[in-house]
Amino acid sequence: MVVVDASGLTKIYGQPCGECVDNTGPAVGDNQCPVCGSVVACADIDFELYDGEVLGIVGESGSGKSSLAELLALDSEATAGTVTYEHYDGNLLAAGYQQRHQLQNERIGMVHQHVRDGLELDFSGGGNVAEKLLAAGWREYDAIRDRVRELFTETEVPVSRMDDPTDTYSGGMQRRVQIARAIANDPSLVILDEPTTGLDVSVQARVLDMFRRIQREQDVATIVVSHDLDVIRLLADRTLVMRHGRIIESGLTDRIMEDPHHEYTQTLINSVI
Amino acid sequence: MTDRQAASSTPDSVDALLDGVDADGLAGYNYAYLDEHTKREVRRSILKSIAIPGHQVPFASREMPLARGWGTGGIQASLSLLGPDDTFKVIDQGSDESVNAANIRRLATTTADVATTSDATEASIIQTRHRIPEEVLSDDQILVLQVPITDALRRVDGSDSANRRRHAHKNYSKMWVALYENIVEYGEIKLSARYPVMVADRYLMDPSPIPRWDVPKLDDADNLFLFAAGREARMYAVPPHTSVTPLAFEDREFQVERFDAAACRHCDSTDTFLTEVETDDGERVFACNDTAFCEKRAANPELAKAHHHDDPKAWGPPTDPAVPYGGDTPPSTNGADLGGDD
Repeated sequence: MVVVDASGLTKIYGQPCGECVDNTGPAVGDNQCPVCGSVVACADIDFELYDGEVLGIVGESGSGKSSLAELLALDSEATAGTVTYEHYDGNLLAAGYQQRHQLQNERIGMVHQHVRDGLELDFSGGGNVAEKLLAAGWREYDAIRDRVRELFTETEVPVSRMDDPTDTYSGGMQRRVQIARAIANDPSLVILDEPTTGLDVSVQARVLDMFRRIQREQDVATIVVSHDLDVIRLLADRTLVMRHGRIIESGLTDRIMEDPHHEYTQTLINSVI
Repeated sequence: MTDRQAASSTPDSVDALLDGVDADGLAGYNYAYLDEHTKREVRRSILKSIAIPGHQVPFASREMPLARGWGTGGIQASLSLLGPDDTFKVIDQGSDESVNAANIRRLATTTADVATTSDATEASIIQTRHRIPEEVLSDDQILVLQVPITDALRRVDGSDSANRRRHAHKNYSKMWVALYENIVEYGEIKLSARYPVMVADRYLMDPSPIPRWDVPKLDDADNLFLFAAGREARMYAVPPHTSVTPLAFEDREFQVERFDAAACRHCDSTDTFLTEVETDDGERVFACNDTAFCEKRAANPELAKAHHHDDPKAWGPPTDPAVPYGGDTPPSTNGADLGGDD
């Protein structure tokens, strides 16, 4: 079953002149419109995401991966495009603030690249996770505590630290708390934006293992945005390769890794250190 | 000394100086101090705030003969409502006798020519700071509360623009997290004043720094509550018979203050909000915070809080076992065992 069906997804920063999309892209080799100076973060993105599937989005810095993730997580407004989502009638991108807020709390979990976007560092780690439950209407204190404990155990954050301020947590713990927050209300879609950036290799492996286990147990549709091909290889079933705001290649992850068709994808895969 | 000053007569005493003020000082002012345009503007904001219960409505807060933060919002609301037939009462922290209350009352008497009283049942308009009277108010009375901080959300976020957005979208999860963390830290919600409440199940409201004791009185009351903040130039209202629910968890209910079986030293009441006082001997005693009602109780210990109503109604925390309490807490037979099981 299709969870998310996106077509013509476009995000332009600045005042578009109307020809920005034609003037940019891989063929031109730039994502800034030479006429009006607007930056085309992503344009004409089409994809489908199925139940329980993990879709990887890979590309170099500035290729539009995070902009695309923000659009899907309803954190920013799209310039054009249509997204149908199984739990929303009509174009998801046209949802009002209150509907967006409700979807973000109950249906779509997001793990931000920057901790400050995803967590309230003055609150305790438990409070950050509890916020999602409270926003979804949980009003029983003991039940909230139990659920937070359960989520901490699941995401392998020490339960004994749940009442400490989040800024006393290590980077890996903060990332896990974000994941706990994202899955708190059993969402049908989780978006991970650079889930392992800034973590050392052993912690990266544990976070990825933990997420892969949860993703399989709960069968939640996931979009993973990363510049790290190993993360994509480990998590994603299918992969989109982006450059200059466009999808240049898409397919099964192992096909992309083993047999890249596009010239840029070949360079990308060969340039792994 | 200039010629002009030398030419004018030098007053002999302070009294002589004040004589002159009494003679013509306030004669030049409009009725009730404020000009008519200001009064209309304030009344319009009052009507708007009544129309949207709990929503903060801006008004053009004027300069008053008092520093902002000392009740200028309350005075402007009161003065724009007062007419010659009104009876005015001013309470400051439960007392009619404090300097601020006396000054505000005097301003209303001299400029609006209203009668004043300390009896909460006699007044048509009551301006108050930090308390709601113990005696049950009626549908012909207006309670004007002075407000220092208008937004309950400022406790959790200093940004007013972010908070207005939250109000617009009824997004109060941050306030809930603050309560959650309060329980994590203390085992119960320990907010002594400014307890956040939901008005008509829509807006989160700061009920001004009244004690938790007074918060249940806002719910389904007969009278109109007006909240006015002069410094912030905002006002909001709880119209009669509006639901006002303190934020609390289902298994950590809202509780009022507990006084552990203490009774007022003056009138022996056990069903009123008490203030702890230390005497010169170092002894700690309790006394009623609402002094006007305390005097009535001292004269008549049996006096009920709704004595002037034909149909006795619940008002505030459970006190009178004969009267059912409308809040979350079951009626209590012991006056001192208020609002909780611990």
